[in-house]
Amino acid sequence: MGNGAVRPEATNGLDGSFHIGGVEFVSRLIVGTGKYETNEVMVDAIKVSGAEMVTVAVRRIDLDRDNEQGILHHLRPDDFFLLANTAGCSTAEDAIRYARLARAAGFNDFLKLEVIGDASTLLPDVHATLEAAKTLADEGFKVMAYTNDDLITALRLEDAGCVAVMPLASPIGSGLGMVNPYFIREIKRRLSVPVIVDAGVGTASDACITMEQGVDGILMNTALAAADDPVQMALAMKHATVAGRLAFLAGRMPSNEIAIPSSPVIGMLD
Amino acid sequence: MSTTKTVAVRLNGKDREVDTGHTVLTLLAELDLQPGMVVVELNRDILERERYADTEVHDGDSLELVHFVGGG
Repeated sequence: MGNGAVRPEATNGLDGSFHIGGVEFVSRLIVGTGKYETNEVMVDAIKVSGAEMVTVAVRRIDLDRDNEQGILHHLRPDDFFLLANTAGCSTAEDAIRYARLARAAGFNDFLKLEVIGDASTLLPDVHATLEAAKTLADEGFKVMAYTNDDLITALRLEDAGCVAVMPLASPIGSGLGMVNPYFIREIKRRLSVPVIVDAGVGTASDACITMEQGVDGILMNTALAAADDPVQMALAMKHATVAGRLAFLAGRMPSNEIAIPSSPVIGMLD
Repeated sequence: MSTTKTVAVRLNGKDREVDTGHTVLTLLAELDLQPGMVVVELNRDILERERYADTEVHDGDSLELVHFVGGG
């Protein structure tokens, strides 16, 4: 049921695929499903983004609402690789409970682990995240852990058995873009598991700059959902993610603080 | 007093009376929920789908019925 479902049209032909937890993905863009004005716009935006992996949250069914429908009524699970999250959890215990519920839905063992330590910044509680990651990895979960842009925590999460480490670009929903590219590069340099930058991207240039750091992928939600035209922004993000990746692979020219002419300096007329 | 026709349960955080004799499967049907789209936690333990049909709902049970919603 949706396990490993990779949509062939996501292939761009310009960049190789990569693996997370043994599953192959072509698109390096992972998108959320929250905060869209309508489900129709959400589905259109996600399709246009080319994303294969999409995040979903676990919540109580509202029994007081008639015809209460979960996200899977709108998003065909066979078309996407579902990545359940533990958003909203602020303790390791809660995150583990949500993780187990998510896995019981029967799609896959992957989990976006997120344990929030502060309500105003939504910064992660890295101690609780690490504690939950150890338990869940031991239970066979393929944990993709949302974390700070902190190298030591990233290394500990890798040691704990996470299949991907997901440092933030900037706080969730802030749209501030990449505030610490140096630390993100350092995390990518030092880890063996994929590094996915999760949260903080605001517009296409942010996605491009993020991918230019050499990370394996990028996860975003609000940047699409809160755009005036989410579908158009999804297309922009698709191209920006590919462009940033290709620029990284191509290797940028050195930056100089002086001008260097592009045209020959000899052969000028008298 | 006649025999009790309902049992008191805690359902998604609210106290509710449900008819006696329900299994989890029949309770989901009464709530108009498709079993394949719901994950059930019974008294803090996850109930596997295969057990919905033979798990009776008892007085004092606490059930959480969850599903996937949009999220990032």
